[in-house]
Amino acid sequence: MIISKKKPAEEIIQALEGETKVIVVGCGECATVTQTGGEKEVAEMKAILEEAGKKVLATDVVHTGCAELDVKRVLRQHKEAVKDTEAFVVLSCGAGTQAVRAATDKHVIPGTDPLFLGNIRRSMDFIEKCSHCGACVIDEYGAICPVTRCAKGLLNGPCGGTDHGKCEVDPEMDCAWVLIHEQLKKEGREDKRTRIHGPKEWNVIRRPGELAEAREKVGAAKSGGE
Amino acid sequence: MIVGAYRDACADGKFVISGEIGPPKGVKAETMLHHIDMLKDKVDGLNVTDNQSAVMRMGSLAVSGEIVRRGGDPIFQTTCRDRNRLGLQSDLLSAAFLGITNVLCLTGDHPVIGDHKQAKGVFDFDSVHLIQCCKKMNAGADWEGNELDGATDFFVGAVVTPEADPIEPQMYKFARKVEAGVDFFQTQAVYDMDNFRRFMEQAREITAGTKVKIMAGLVVLTGLGMAKYMNRAVPGIFVPDSLLEELGSVEKEEQLRKGMEIAARHIRFLRENKVCDGVHIMAIGREEIVPEIIAMSGASDA
Ligand code: SF4
Ligand code: SF4
Repeated sequence: MIISKKKPAEEIIQALEGETKVIVVGCGECATVTQTGGEKEVAEMKAILEEAGKKVLATDVVHTGCAELDVKRVLRQHKEAVKDTEAFVVLSCGAGTQAVRAATDKHVIPGTDPLFLGNIRRSMDFIEKCSHCGACVIDEYGAICPVTRCAKGLLNGPCGGTDHGKCEVDPEMDCAWVLIHEQLKKEGREDKRTRIHGPKEWNVIRRPGELAEAREKVGAAKSGGE
Repeated sequence: MIVGAYRDACADGKFVISGEIGPPKGVKAETMLHHIDMLKDKVDGLNVTDNQSAVMRMGSLAVSGEIVRRGGDPIFQTTCRDRNRLGLQSDLLSAAFLGITNVLCLTGDHPVIGDHKQAKGVFDFDSVHLIQCCKKMNAGADWEGNELDGATDFFVGAVVTPEADPIEPQMYKFARKVEAGVDFFQTQAVYDMDNFRRFMEQAREITAGTKVKIMAGLVVLTGLGMAKYMNRAVPGIFVPDSLLEELGSVEKEEQLRKGMEIAARHIRFLRENKVCDGVHIMAIGREEIVPEIIAMSGASDA
């Protein structure tokens, strides 16, 4: 799940300076779960903007805010408003905001600050455990990711900042390397700690990432046929 | 002291002593240069810190080069925090060009600890990779295996934290550093000699069969307040109550002298009992007291 938090309303209103007509778009997936862009938050944003003297021409919550075809389809349902509006405020992660970007040429404003790919521990309690580095190595680390959960992404053991099992960056945060070590011990796989791990190969995926399986297959078929 | 002195002292099996220079924040270098000139012939090597505690300062590369120029033997500290693998290697070649032969490979403190909290920490390599990289460059190739037009000849060091809590993961990393081919260790500051002796027993088991030298890190206690602060705020540092009491037993003005006595006593203890191969003395801005500490310990007439 993509975890985000609400942007301060003043920031959004400031971004809308000189513009009156606006459409608010939310997302039915992550932004709904994180309570930043569901039905309720979209209605709240509408009220805030109206309070600030804006004219909200339409609101909608796209089922999956990062599905570009979904977003286009939803905006087509608000044809007149979309034609008339000056700006869009999007309450979703940055991917959803850019899905709206792909569907219009008007001013698009992010209404949240996207934070990380997070696990849901319980309602409104999220933790980052993976930063999609392109090559998952966590079998070597007791399925606890050092790339993400160690503040320095260290692959061969803790730094000197471990303090009573906590991280130098934040005394509230567990040192990932203590967790990894304890986990491997529980599994009886401490031998995993007896080999040097090379640095991450940051080129395993080109950034910005792109994966188009269908297209790739077409390409392969084509070159195979030649 | 001349270039290569630190490596030679290690090879000779004598009790090795190094000091430390903290580059200034700014371009006024007089005090630092004074410390360099005062220390360079009293110790076997002089560490130069690299944006220590993630506080931006003059670079360790330039200052290490200056130590070479002044006839000292610098130990060039370099961290993985501020440079990716291109920057690190490029600086290592530059270091070799400046006549620097000792490199101390560190992870580096996180930027949030320092004075540029918004900076992005790099950590492309970790300290183990950096050690491996120095060794590759010594063998005539860069990290990727591309041939170097002239190999480096580095004496490669690393750090370890004997008082780390928990200690086990720390010892695994220590072993990886040994495996990567490190030549020497300088430890994080230690104050409890019994604990340190126990650490050394474990460490020696891991380094058995290698020529790895281990130098105890000593940060001179300059007063009771400072000692308490170290205990409370610096990860991996433990100042036992007996030392706090000892510092507290004298007037404030006398505490620095007490701290020097304690440091000298520890040096003597470590040397006489052959607990480790040497010491690395840090006086953090009070470098002028280091020669006297060495004299008090009796190590200078060894
Ligand atoms: S190694 Fe960590 S960041 Fe990379 S894919 Fe696996 S869990 Fe995610
Ligand atoms: S204290 Fe632990 S989690 Fe924090 S940076 Fe160091 S090794 Fe990583």
